Amino acid sequence: MNERSEHTPMPSLDTVKHAEQTPDTELPWAELGLKEPEYARIREILGRRPTGAELAMYSVMWSEHCSYKSSKIHLKQFGTKAPDSDALLVGIGEQAGVVDIGQGYAVTFKVESHNHPSYVEPYQGAATGVGGIVRDIIAMGARPVAVLDPLRFGAADHPDTRRVLPGVVAGIGGYGNCLGLPNIGGEVVFDPCYQGNPLVNALCVGVMRHEDIHLAQASGVGNKVVLYGARTGGDGIGGASLLASETFDSADGKPSKRPAVQVGDPFQEKLLIECTLEAFQERLVVGIQDLGAAGLSCATSELASGGSGGMRVELDSVPLRDSSLSPEEILMSESQERMCAVLEPDKVDRFLEICEKWEVTATVIGEVTDGDRLTVHWRGEQIVDVPPRTVAHDGPVLDRPYARPAWQDALQADDPAKLSRPGTGEELRAAVLALVGSPNQASKSWITDQYDRYVLGDTVLAQPEDSGMIRIDEETGLGVALATDGNGRYAKLDPYTGAQLALSEAYRNVATSGATPLAVTDCLNFGSPEDPAAMWQFAEACRGLADACQVLGTPVTGGNVSLYNQTGEKAVHPTPVVGVLGVIDDVTRRTPMAFGQEGQLLYLLGDTREELGGSAWSEVAHGQLGGLPPAVDLERERLLGEILVAASRDGMIDAAHDVSDGGLVQAVVESCLRGRNGARLVVPDGIDPFVFLFSESQGRAVVAVPRSEEVRFTDMCGARGLPAARIGVVDGQEVELQGQFSLPLDELRETYERTVPALLN
Amino acid sequence: MSGGLGRIGVVTFPGSLDDRDARRAIRAAGGEAVALWHRDRELHGVDAVVLPGGFSYGDYLRCGAIARFSPIMESVLTGARTGMPVLGICNGFQVLCESHLLPGALTRNDHLHFVCRDQRLRIENAETSWTTDYTAGQEITVPVKNIDGGYVADERTLDALEAEGRVVARYLDWNPNGSRRDIAGITNQTGNVVGLMPHAEHAVDALTGPTTDGLGVFTSALRTLVGSS
Repeated sequence: MNERSEHTPMPSLDTVKHAEQTPDTELPWAELGLKEPEYARIREILGRRPTGAELAMYSVMWSEHCSYKSSKIHLKQFGTKAPDSDALLVGIGEQAGVVDIGQGYAVTFKVESHNHPSYVEPYQGAATGVGGIVRDIIAMGARPVAVLDPLRFGAADHPDTRRVLPGVVAGIGGYGNCLGLPNIGGEVVFDPCYQGNPLVNALCVGVMRHEDIHLAQASGVGNKVVLYGARTGGDGIGGASLLASETFDSADGKPSKRPAVQVGDPFQEKLLIECTLEAFQERLVVGIQDLGAAGLSCATSELASGGSGGMRVELDSVPLRDSSLSPEEILMSESQERMCAVLEPDKVDRFLEICEKWEVTATVIGEVTDGDRLTVHWRGEQIVDVPPRTVAHDGPVLDRPYARPAWQDALQADDPAKLSRPGTGEELRAAVLALVGSPNQASKSWITDQYDRYVLGDTVLAQPEDSGMIRIDEETGLGVALATDGNGRYAKLDPYTGAQLALSEAYRNVATSGATPLAVTDCLNFGSPEDPAAMWQFAEACRGLADACQVLGTPVTGGNVSLYNQTGEKAVHPTPVVGVLGVIDDVTRRTPMAFGQEGQLLYLLGDTREELGGSAWSEVAHGQLGGLPPAVDLERERLLGEILVAASRDGMIDAAHDVSDGGLVQAVVESCLRGRNGARLVVPDGIDPFVFLFSESQGRAVVAVPRSEEVRFTDMCGARGLPAARIGVVDGQEVELQGQFSLPLDELRETYERTVPALLN
Repeated sequence: MSGGLGRIGVVTFPGSLDDRDARRAIRAAGGEAVALWHRDRELHGVDAVVLPGGFSYGDYLRCGAIARFSPIMESVLTGARTGMPVLGICNGFQVLCESHLLPGALTRNDHLHFVCRDQRLRIENAETSWTTDYTAGQEITVPVKNIDGGYVADERTLDALEAEGRVVARYLDWNPNGSRRDIAGITNQTGNVVGLMPHAEHAVDALTGPTTDGLGVFTSALRTLVGSS
């Protein structure tokens, strides 16, 4: 794959000695994406000009993607504002945070973006996104147990969506299914703002025992560094610096950057998982690191700077797919399915044996040295001699200017209250059908049926449920729940609130299933940091999320920032995607979303106000985005969560579904269709029927209560001060709003299910 | 059999995915599950063998085409020819076809997508080693999940399978992969070797599967073993 032209001339070797002797040689630092002050800083660190190989390492590691140079100062808040939490075993800063879930188990989870590669090459871009996040989780010492995929595409009916979406979905399925990881949730959102820039995020969760946490560090002089997995090829060279930044058009006549997208081999990754876990089990490994963005440059510099500091790497030992690769290319290659382990010398043989058992190539490529230099050698010459920390952690930090955009006031003043609304029962009925059949609200099973949700046999809940739930311990029933949410429309109207709403919804989704929310991971998808407006959106979203995590007591344990999500001048909506992890002591107590029992009583929990800014209704009925997003009430979210968890544990409710985009009616329709039962609804006194159906007020859920539990349940809500309004009953084969309209389930199902296949088949 | 619980082996090939699930299903059915490694030549005294689902060798070349040459397959073939119950699920079915223990082949789904859904089936033959706990005509629901699940064979073979009652299960409502004659599973002439595209092992516990309808596959085998001991 990606064989280079055999006529590419071998560059002459630029050794450290040569660099010292030729201080004035010009290097292509600008072509590698470095800015002038950054290049000057590298010269200052080294006290000479860098060699070609050193320049390669710094350029990828100091890219936006690897160094977080624009975002770092804002991300700090996730640490400084972090709530006290007993649950956090490893905090932000490692590859993925580790959370204590009790009974000696720990969970690690993280969401990452693969937006740019997925636009260039949807199948491989999305596939390798799954591969990368799964390796991140293994590198913490955990067995991966599930994946979730939050996805955002351009307009559902745009021709290019039909190119990008099926490729992305097939890539996620093709890779994840072949790894044997159940795909249990995520989102699919359509909006024209993502047309030239889809958002392909992937979350993986893994489980381990407390004592098995592994960190990326190379300690112990004389310990061996083993590279194992796929051979190194020419794919993805400079991917991190080229793709995840600025632009990837080839309009300037330069060659297309297509080859910078890596090619995935899920079979190789499956073997890599199995042999890594077997090595963990035998306690062979001192430190471990996956090779993702920036490949060996990243892995060796991070391992060395995470440990005692010194490492010597023999680059000739790296197994190659293409023998013509230059040392710079080997250091930069982003060939997939590779990992680096640090082992005590007497454990190496056993480690190689395990690799052989799984038919995985493994080679000792270096060792831990005393001192604080990372040196790389090639054909007997030294080509890299750097302090590893300067490569891995001391990248540039920018305080980029940001400013609230001038158009923000006008956008917020464009109140949806002025939009014409359905008044009669007939009009309300038509509005419900339009909503349920709209691409964003319609069934996504065309997509999610391409993912294996059963493999490993521990999936208790999967999409379209509020959260995905995995059983961790078969004996005790201990389990975890995960949900991801994000609403770019809300965040566009107000990025501070939008980020908090993303957290609120994911938190609520986890609690709705009966699990207690514990920790947060985030994927922050924004436009160019060089645009003060986009930078303001980013800063506001970080501030909002950090503030809200503090109130809800759920620390951010890790995540990912994706900037430059824009085509030309037009950035995507600011899209903070938030993943929440929860724990449930006994998965048999979970609360599903389906209204499964006729006769059960429907209660709406929370307060309904007229809140239509950024709503699904304003989008579907009017194509409008304006006003203010719904108000955030974190204390209410916490109370609602506690009630939902208690009701699940004590068997007071049989079903629950959170009320979010699309409002109450969307939630009721989804629960009815899933349970194959209708519902008769009554509008509570004092609420306008239209607002009752379509408002997106937060802190709400609809629950189905068995009649025998009604008093106990309403007493609990009353005692805790949570409004609970009886709005109807599970009954028949229609969704009926008394005195207004009724809709047969068959008609709703047809409307709900036909939209997405019709757009994509 | 070796006394006590029926011992059923589950082979792990590189890329097998549902091997743990098959072992769990065997235990749920009351049997002893034995993990077998593809490089072994021995069956370690098991009374029956399951070839599990997954993507052995990444489905490279053709599904099941490489796994079929694994050292352990010689013993599986020998066992199968002498009456030992052998079940291939999904990728395991593909391996059985590649091994010529079963006729025909599994090809890319007609709609070209991976499909994962709860599938209604009709048990057509309740007399194989793996289906005696069902009744002929019984309708069950178990998950189907595959991208190469389309069963194909020439017309003469299909006619012979029908005539000899060797179609074990058929898809109802919707054919998820374009299989000829809605075939979801078949058996050999002696009824001890069964290939099944749907994942019976994922329908043994209502907590994690759509139903417990798949349990009968494993209890059938255990009952067969008791009957023949």
